[in-house]
Amino acid sequence: MSEADDRVHLTHEHALHLLREMTRIRRFEEKCAELYSGSKIRGFLHLYIGEEANAVGVMQALTEEDAVVATYREHGHALARGLPMNEVMAEMFGKASGSSGGRGGSMHIFSARHRFYGGNAIVAGGLPLAVGLALADKMQGRDRVTCCFFGEGAAAEGEFHEAMNLAALWKLPVLFVCENNLYAMGTALARSESNTDIRAHAAVFGMESEIVDGMDVVAVEAAARRAVHAVRRGEGPRFLETRTYRFRAHSMFDPDLYRPKEEVEEWRKKGPIVRFTDWILGTRLVHPDHVAALENEIAEEIGAAVAFAEEAPWEPVEELTRDVTTPRGAEVTA
Amino acid sequence: MIQFRMPSLGADMDAGTLVEWYRKPGDQVSHGDIIALVETQKGAIEIEVFNDGTLDRIEVEPGHKVPVGTVLATIREPGEAASTALEPAAAAAPAPEVAPPTAPRPRPTAAPPPPAERVEGRAKVTPVARRRAAEAGIDLAAVAAGPDGVVGLAEVEAARRAAPETGAPAAAPRRIGIDLGEMRKAIAAAMSRSHRDIPHYWVSQTIDVTPLFDWLEAENARRPVASRLLYAAPLAKAMALALKETPQLNGHFVDDAFVPAGAVHLGVATALRGGGLVAPALHEVDTLSLDAVMAGLGDMIPRARSGRLRSSELTDATATLSNLGEGTSDAIMPLIYPPQVAIIGCGAAALRPWVADGVLAVRRVITVTVAGDHRVSDGRSASRFLTRLDALLQAPEAL
Amino acid sequence: MSGTRRITYREAVREALREALTRDDRVFLMGEDVGAYGGAYACSLGLLDEFGDDRIRNTPLAESGFTGAGIGAALGGMRPIVEIMTINFSLLALDQIVNNAATIRHMSGGQFSVPLVIRMATGAGRQLAAQHSHSLEGWFAHVPGLRVVAPATVADARGMLWTALQDPDPVVIMEHATLYNEEGDVPEDEDLAVDLDRAAIRRAGDAATIVTYSANLKKALAATDELAGEGIECEIIDLRSLRPLDDQTIMTSIAKTHRAVIVDEGWRSGSLAAEISARIQEQAFYELDAPVERVCSVEVPIPYPQHLEQAAIPQPHAIAAAVRKTLRR
Repeated sequence: MSEADDRVHLTHEHALHLLREMTRIRRFEEKCAELYSGSKIRGFLHLYIGEEANAVGVMQALTEEDAVVATYREHGHALARGLPMNEVMAEMFGKASGSSGGRGGSMHIFSARHRFYGGNAIVAGGLPLAVGLALADKMQGRDRVTCCFFGEGAAAEGEFHEAMNLAALWKLPVLFVCENNLYAMGTALARSESNTDIRAHAAVFGMESEIVDGMDVVAVEAAARRAVHAVRRGEGPRFLETRTYRFRAHSMFDPDLYRPKEEVEEWRKKGPIVRFTDWILGTRLVHPDHVAALENEIAEEIGAAVAFAEEAPWEPVEELTRDVTTPRGAEVTA
Repeated sequence: MIQFRMPSLGADMDAGTLVEWYRKPGDQVSHGDIIALVETQKGAIEIEVFNDGTLDRIEVEPGHKVPVGTVLATIREPGEAASTALEPAAAAAPAPEVAPPTAPRPRPTAAPPPPAERVEGRAKVTPVARRRAAEAGIDLAAVAAGPDGVVGLAEVEAARRAAPETGAPAAAPRRIGIDLGEMRKAIAAAMSRSHRDIPHYWVSQTIDVTPLFDWLEAENARRPVASRLLYAAPLAKAMALALKETPQLNGHFVDDAFVPAGAVHLGVATALRGGGLVAPALHEVDTLSLDAVMAGLGDMIPRARSGRLRSSELTDATATLSNLGEGTSDAIMPLIYPPQVAIIGCGAAALRPWVADGVLAVRRVITVTVAGDHRVSDGRSASRFLTRLDALLQAPEAL
Repeated sequence: MSGTRRITYREAVREALREALTRDDRVFLMGEDVGAYGGAYACSLGLLDEFGDDRIRNTPLAESGFTGAGIGAALGGMRPIVEIMTINFSLLALDQIVNNAATIRHMSGGQFSVPLVIRMATGAGRQLAAQHSHSLEGWFAHVPGLRVVAPATVADARGMLWTALQDPDPVVIMEHATLYNEEGDVPEDEDLAVDLDRAAIRRAGDAATIVTYSANLKKALAATDELAGEGIECEIIDLRSLRPLDDQTIMTSIAKTHRAVIVDEGWRSGSLAAEISARIQEQAFYELDAPVERVCSVEVPIPYPQHLEQAAIPQPHAIAAAVRKTLRR
């Protein structure tokens, strides 16, 4: 691959694509909050609103062959990765047509055909998996990258350090993406880390790293392209810290007492969608009619996804013990 | 130091065989604990201790038959030092009250069977033994337990082998349990003594029990099957209440004197399969609810039939009820079981022409006969008892 | 059937590893000191030279990290064998084993299986005290989504690994550390695979059924030798698979003997022995002629001094006594 691949080619189509992907996530999650309030969605619901530029930006740098390991705040990653909204919504409902057959719910979205390895609700639990996926690629001589998303809270976990060390030690093709939204649930970074510079952890393992404005989708895409390119070249793992913010509380049942309203408002002004929309309209890269049309398309897609999820069947309770172990004689995936 | 002796479990018992110790020296014992199993003519009986303390030393090892009154073990009272004597204590012990041991103090023989868990209440029958017995048509009540008090597959198989031709319920060969031949001898001795020593009188009265049967029918209709009452329960309760009001019929005649009993422990004459009779005592029947009387009978009768009564049940009766119940005989003229002073016999409940309020009607009646000890009471006492009993049975709901 | 040859349990494990690495190039061994050191129990001694450091992959001291990497590699198409030095250390990896390996198939609605084999050394008997001697097999056997096996014989140690590698789901192999020096016969046959679904009857008898697994099989055999002198012939069931349990073999035996003694080096409370006892009660209650007996470890962390360590774990005389108790002798 040439160096040119590192750069973002911000054509009209690409700008509209980035906006569409971010807006799909935003509107999808707004709908989810509404459905949660109406008891259609239960369990924990962690919204990504405010952080859309991270998933959308990073996914632009990955190919279909690459793998993604995400966290429990992964609706945005799943949608940006290309999982059909119908399946994701049905999973939120717990229906049999969901991306995990309804067994996982909001926190455990999986898709084999998108090489999307979950949806992991153990903080830092996905990092060792990503290391192993990359190890398999390396041992089998495949030109693939495993991209692992996690929050800054993961840096306090032992598995974070074990996985970072292994990946660096064995020079594995992993892109670690730390979405630093400043709060691990309600604990501010400075209350949990002796060194609030997350990137310093990468330096300990001799891993190249970069910090990027996570509210700027183009900047994220550019940084991700640089990092993925290096990883694919065989230079070992890379570490990308995106500085971002979630606009809503940690989960639906969180009164958001641990941060001032003014802080949230300040960040909202820097919101990835409003900022990017203003910019592409200002540069006349995109016409307001396109934005309006895009919103209409997304509203239709969401309406269809909700209808799909509503109509989707419940798995019969007789199948309760399905998918605990593999039926004898069945083919092994992967 | 307290001497724990071979108890007298009835007028007809003169000796017993120590089968098993449930406790070992050094164990704490409390009033009411069952500490040994003794085989008597009436079956294996669990022996209670009536003191608190520590079992100090065992004087009679399992397998030995000793006379009533023989010291079986010594019990240290709380705070008392352990005996340190290395020699057998028999010589130093006071002579037994009833009769001295005729055999030398038994030498310790082969190791005694390991202490078994206490057996009380429901018989310990293993699941497979229960199933096998049901399949083979064997009545578990007639199967003797092993030395550990458990009826297992081995005991059931032995019982089955003992009666293979008829296929009928068979009694197991008995190491312990009921020896019917021995029991007949014991009954003979006790009744001979009764007939010889007690100047009996008999007083009878026929009582209308229609209200009792009607009430039972209504009562049982509203009860779940498991808690239904049998006729014997209200009858026993009414007798106990009437006895309580007739103290001359309730107690013991010992050493040429009548000792009235405070409580009413009603002996319930129980016929055993294959012959024989025991009359274990249901304690303080006058104070029990009908349900408690029913439960007590339900627990005790099967144990009586399997030869697993407790010593107190064989010694404590203050008067006895002999109920012909489901038979067809009209009346019974029973003999008192010494040292008790009365026995009450009930004929079968039968439909008879009956005049009530000047009108002839068909009623269900029983004939109740009191046998009294003339040394203690007269026919008037019995008559008073019967009048009271009649009144009680007319209002069964109040029992 | 051809003849047999005599090797140690350790050699059996090593041969099984070599066979797996040779037959399937997706297989690799990963763990602490499996490389130049040769494995804490020398199971992989010499394999580094044969297969290289890519496939005999030495790891840092990071149980959660490398076990999770094993899960990821399995998802990525490899057939990893993760060696955890002792079962006590596996507690550092429990998050990955329980929260990922055991759940991913379910959470993904059957899209992903995790064909991973984890081997670990377990058990007491070598005076290694309270952080290297425990028997926590029952904890793993509690978890749906895992298969847990315990080779008690040299032949099973030789054969089970390959069978485990054919399983599409995670398999945990429990190797009792006192077994590594044991000698035993293995068949000369080419195909040594062991059926993981069935328990093995190691001795036939009709007086009582002894249910055990792993190193306690030896002790059970010693106990039955003693009992045979008294005319008591016991049946011994070696569970082999601790999850799932082969209920059928157990219940069939109890229908014959009517008595059960379970020997388990785990602590009694909440043990595998408790689970088996409960199943016997559920499935064979009407066959029982005596309460089920258990011979388990005393509820104390395994102590260092030999006499205390031995007093803490099941012994043949205790097994024999438990059998006699079921026979009411």
